[in-house]
Amino acid sequence: MKESAAMPLFKRVAEADREPLPFTLDGQSAQGMRGDTLLTAILTCSEHLRGSDFNGEPRAGFCLMGACQDCWVRLADGRRVRACSTFLEAGASVTRDPGRRP
Amino acid sequence: MSEIVIIGAGPAGIRAAQTLAAHGVKPVLLDEAGRGGGQIYRQQPANFTRNAKILYGFEAAKAQALHTTLSNLQEQIDYRPDTLVWNAEQQVLDTLHQGQRAGRLNYSRVIVASGATDRVLPVPGWTLPGVYTLGAAQIALKFQGCAIGEKVVLAGSGPLLYLVAYQYAKAGARVSAVLDTSPFSAQVRALPGLLRQPATFAKGLYYRTWLPLKGIPVHQGVKLLEIQGHQRASGIRWLQAGREQQLPCDAVALAHALRSETQLADLLGCQFAWNPLNRAWLPVRDPQGRSSVPQVYLAGDGAGILGADGAEMTGELAALALLQDLGKQVDGARRDQLLKRLANLQRFRHGLEQAFPFPEYWAAEAADELVVCRCEQITAGEVRDAVRAGHWEINRVKAMCRVGMGRCQGRVCGAAAAEIIACESGRPIEQIGRLRGQAPVKLLPFGLEISS
Repeated sequence: MKESAAMPLFKRVAEADREPLPFTLDGQSAQGMRGDTLLTAILTCSEHLRGSDFNGEPRAGFCLMGACQDCWVRLADGRRVRACSTFLEAGASVTRDPGRRP
Repeated sequence: MSEIVIIGAGPAGIRAAQTLAAHGVKPVLLDEAGRGGGQIYRQQPANFTRNAKILYGFEAAKAQALHTTLSNLQEQIDYRPDTLVWNAEQQVLDTLHQGQRAGRLNYSRVIVASGATDRVLPVPGWTLPGVYTLGAAQIALKFQGCAIGEKVVLAGSGPLLYLVAYQYAKAGARVSAVLDTSPFSAQVRALPGLLRQPATFAKGLYYRTWLPLKGIPVHQGVKLLEIQGHQRASGIRWLQAGREQQLPCDAVALAHALRSETQLADLLGCQFAWNPLNRAWLPVRDPQGRSSVPQVYLAGDGAGILGADGAEMTGELAALALLQDLGKQVDGARRDQLLKRLANLQRFRHGLEQAFPFPEYWAAEAADELVVCRCEQITAGEVRDAVRAGHWEINRVKAMCRVGMGRCQGRVCGAAAAEIIACESGRPIEQIGRLRGQAPVKLLPFGLEISS
């Protein structure tokens, strides 16, 4: 999945005055804020979370309440977590699964 | 030791806990979320600063009252947040704490208040980034201070449609349009039922009239045709009065009302029955919330959609039933008053269903290429193939084509798949059965830590 000139998906409309938290996304440095979920931190600087297991098409979560299981990302320790229900920690290293093409 | 357990710390679970504690019973309150309130009164992270009025609008007082109740109960209950119940059997619950530590809990009685998720009828393009449920759009704003995009379209049906549109516009997000599949005439016909709850009706009417006044177009009686986009949403097409219309946007929130989370009731062995109002199979319960299994009680939207006020009432009622069954003295007048208010709310709920009717044409018009199951990428055509091969019971169809077999376990696709199967097999929707609950009800990590 290519991401050319990614425009953020989410737009912050409140709570902008929080402690910034640096993290890396697929090896690139990025920044979120304390209190962000991984989903928020990723989608305010990018436009997807994972690739579909069946055609590699981009997905960016759907339900935000831990039901749809469509926002899994991977952390440096190998854990796979739901981005919607995991808070960002400073220095987190997050990688996105590109999915598979048939 | 065997505990009295409540699953879910939303409006139903918190009121149940409060009622038990007031009668000298100390329940264990398990909640998947880190902070209490459920989805409707979900709390923002502790370092956020918006006040309750901004977060919950007209419902600020109710939300605050519920949160205060929970914090005041800390000494009287055993509250365990961040705890998912992933399996439920006779006398024992399996839990997962903070996503990695497994535990077991013996119960003597359990109140299940598992809540609801959005009911989604897929539209071509619904798997694109930028497309979310209405509930998700609301969580992004309430819980994270974000809009799901720069130009947001809210589409589908149900009261949440107008509420989320109002909340977004109030927060300074740009709402490009509201696309309601239910016609205005349906809402007029529903007036008698809706007037059963004049205050709630007035709020709904307020949102509905406020939006056009702020220049937000509201289109009713639409058929959603397609969410357009490559790599992410870029527009939406719909049909209104036979005319096709299109609007550019970068985000769509989509849902047709709510569906109950019934997996745990299923694993607990509760009997289910078809419920025409909810258009779903629901665990059966008596007016106070006793299920068909003697130790199991049901409350809140997880046992049938009634909304937050109803959840508070059914939570308290289920706790009173449990106390009575323990041989405790309860206030009969209070119980009767709750039952009466609940009956009134039920009539309002019928009104809502009339105002926002389920689009029964959806299944017949869904194209074969439409992805129904986003986990396993199963199309409407593949579901129809299974039906044409002679299968019509939903678990058989699942076995044949994997619809409902993915990671979400049918939470997202189940309702839509049932509609397609019923339509293709020519059977009434209630005849095709319901997806069986399976443990674990949500994914577990392989590296599960087992505590002794």
